[in-house]
Amino acid sequence: MTSTISPARVLRRSVMLALVAQGAATAALAADFRFAFQGTLGALDPYTLNETFTLGMLGNVYEGLTRRDKDLEIIPGLATSWEQIDDLTWRFHLREGVTFANGNAFDADDVLFSADRVRADGSNLAARLPADAEFVKVDPYTVDVKLTTPNPILNYEWDTWYIMDKEWSEANDMVAPVSAKDTSPRPAAFTAMGTGAFTFESHEPGVKTVFVPNPGWWDTPEHNLDRVTYTTIAADGTRVAALLSGDVDLIDPVPVQDIPRIEQNADTDVLTGPELRVVYLGMNQMRAELATSDIKGRNPFQDPKVRKAMYQAIDIEAIKSRVMRGLSTPTALLIAQELFSQASDFQRWPYDPEAAKALLAEAGYPDGFSVTLDCPNDRYVNDEAICQAAVAMLAKVGVKVTLNAQTKSLWAAKILAAGGFDTDFYLLAWTPGSLDSWNVLVNLATCRDGTGKGGPFNVGGYCNPKVDDLAAQILGETDAARRDDLIAEAYRILHEDTAYLPLHQQNLVWGKRANVEIAQRADNQVLFYWARVN
Amino acid sequence: MISFLLSRAVQAIATMLMVTLIAFVLFRYVGDPVNQMVGIETSLADRAKLREDLGLNDPMPVQYARFLVRAARFDFGTSYQQKESVAVLIGARLPATLELSLISVVFAIAAGVPLGVLAGLHPRSLAARAFMALSLLGVSLPTFLIGILLIFVFSVHLGWLPSFGRGQTVQIGGWSTGLLTASGWRSIILPAITLGLFQMTLIMRLVRAEIMEVLRTDYIKFARARGLPDRIVHFGHALRNTLIPVITVTGLQIGSIIAFSIITETVFQWPGMGLLFLQAVQNADVPVMAAYLMLIAALFVTINLAVDLLYMAVDPRIRIGRAAA
Repeated sequence: MTSTISPARVLRRSVMLALVAQGAATAALAADFRFAFQGTLGALDPYTLNETFTLGMLGNVYEGLTRRDKDLEIIPGLATSWEQIDDLTWRFHLREGVTFANGNAFDADDVLFSADRVRADGSNLAARLPADAEFVKVDPYTVDVKLTTPNPILNYEWDTWYIMDKEWSEANDMVAPVSAKDTSPRPAAFTAMGTGAFTFESHEPGVKTVFVPNPGWWDTPEHNLDRVTYTTIAADGTRVAALLSGDVDLIDPVPVQDIPRIEQNADTDVLTGPELRVVYLGMNQMRAELATSDIKGRNPFQDPKVRKAMYQAIDIEAIKSRVMRGLSTPTALLIAQELFSQASDFQRWPYDPEAAKALLAEAGYPDGFSVTLDCPNDRYVNDEAICQAAVAMLAKVGVKVTLNAQTKSLWAAKILAAGGFDTDFYLLAWTPGSLDSWNVLVNLATCRDGTGKGGPFNVGGYCNPKVDDLAAQILGETDAARRDDLIAEAYRILHEDTAYLPLHQQNLVWGKRANVEIAQRADNQVLFYWARVN
Repeated sequence: MISFLLSRAVQAIATMLMVTLIAFVLFRYVGDPVNQMVGIETSLADRAKLREDLGLNDPMPVQYARFLVRAARFDFGTSYQQKESVAVLIGARLPATLELSLISVVFAIAAGVPLGVLAGLHPRSLAARAFMALSLLGVSLPTFLIGILLIFVFSVHLGWLPSFGRGQTVQIGGWSTGLLTASGWRSIILPAITLGLFQMTLIMRLVRAEIMEVLRTDYIKFARARGLPDRIVHFGHALRNTLIPVITVTGLQIGSIIAFSIITETVFQWPGMGLLFLQAVQNADVPVMAAYLMLIAALFVTINLAVDLLYMAVDPRIRIGRAAA
């Protein structure tokens, strides 16, 4: 914990302390909330980085036209209601009487300004709005959005498209977004002006950030906090120790092996629930020959029987109980069950090593084959351990896997586009930013060519034109039931083809003091306006 | 003296150039900085444009030359992750690391020298043997283990000291100090002990060995024969002569304490340069890494120079020997 105070105050303090007997730990004010996370918060421009943690922190200070409630349902935010006037036009009615923290009124001008700014050069959140959507001010509290093609999920990601104050941005040289490549960031890049429940009192990136409640907030606070202090604690052991010793009230994440310790302590609890992230294994189906395999002249992964054999060789329940200590939800889909209404219709192929061996023999690999698995060791929960378990299970059916586990920056540089998708067999995980299946299909399952045009995260290069076709239909289908049916059809094709080996949804694990109540949302955003310290 | 300093200056520049060259060659293998700078759903076209804008597609000699030219003006660029000028970032974190290093060196010397003298003067006493056995722990346990142990004992179980951070700091000009507040002092105790424990045992064993050797020399015997009291013999004569090797070792160790306080800073989330460097490595934040490595090279060069000058001050024979030669 670090903050700066003036020398005069120090003098007064020292005198007081000299008179008082040596004090024990300072008693925490009941309404002080201290939170520690393993990552850091950088610049405070809401369009600089499209990343869950950053957007979650900023979600305490900024707001979008819509919000999501504790179950991730879309509810009104800065827009009280909206309707589709016709297939290509949406009308949003803005909330009246809302002010930014500096007192400026919120109205349609701020929405239009934000819509331009988020699509400007340097913004990382341009995909929040269609590039050619036109925002029109009908009156100070009504905005029309004119599209060129129908988009049933237009506002799905608007809970993290934050509305900025036009006047403040112009006065503080913040009209252009702070871009990733900014070599001389403006001073205002580390300040914020939003309509949300809190404001930033101070921010030292990587060290400490302090939030205080916004007295002019338009909504009724559910929280009882006077002050929120967020610090970064990267080392797992230290973070757990800080929670146990009472130095912090909430930590995220908790390493799974420390969960029993936190639960046994009378003053601390563990909060756990499924996360939206799906972890899966992918196979290179584009190469004519696998670079790391002993099989020459053909690619085993291009045969669906081989892929299905790999799938059935993996005992996901053993991974769940042994590796994840029960904290995972095995899945048959590439999307979280909470995000697709028909998810329960899909079952995994059964775990059956004998059937796997038979399939391999049928495909022409009675003695199996060898391949290298590229895995991160610090990106997902127990990622390396999952890979090691998979290697052992695959060895039992004859597939000899060499594990290449690396730190995330090196793993990403190898297997993603920047490295030329240089991998035969890899572990990856995905959370659709829009919380919708179209994002999953387009990013992971549509055909791509050698340069990455097409599915940008379709690392293995799976290609089935029917899936591309369905994805295009899903994009424009406005009837929700029909849309879900199309999505189900696409997932069925992926399942039958065994395009991927889905593993599980990992769990969120937060640690908190017993006197703290907070809502844990499956997208891992830590929102203080739902926290109470008793 | 002037020629000595000049030759040292030339050596220093050559050393730093070597370090930066090796570092630059290594940076090609640290991973992709662009991937760490943008959200995962960023399009490939945007990523390629970012690479171009950051100059990452230029050939290595070009990037190296650009870096050297800027470094000569003390412009180390902007951190990819924190969007802050690297010089400002390092300047903000430097006081934390320097204070921690200073306090841990003070602890190491203040604890190590007296204990070493005690163990050297009475090598067979129970106290001396106990200290020597315990000192083995200090040498053999890894730093992070000591740190975590201290946290769990003093912070989690006893609740006496904080488990992370620097406490309240006071800003004096450009320097933020934690040594003027009670919470600052309470926060620095555990990290300083963790960082200084190895040096303390080193100094203790060194002083003990040196004292035992010095006490056997002729001039000590003569001093005793003259009837000088024990206190003068031990501290006036014996201890002074053991100081040369202690200064050498301490000098070299200060350099590594400052440079490699990474582990202690990670365990205690101490906002110093070591933690900054570790985060930079994890995020492939090349400007920060390059500047940090240059700084450390400069630090070691300066420390070696200071140690050599200190030799000349402490040992008259070296001064006279140089003058004669």
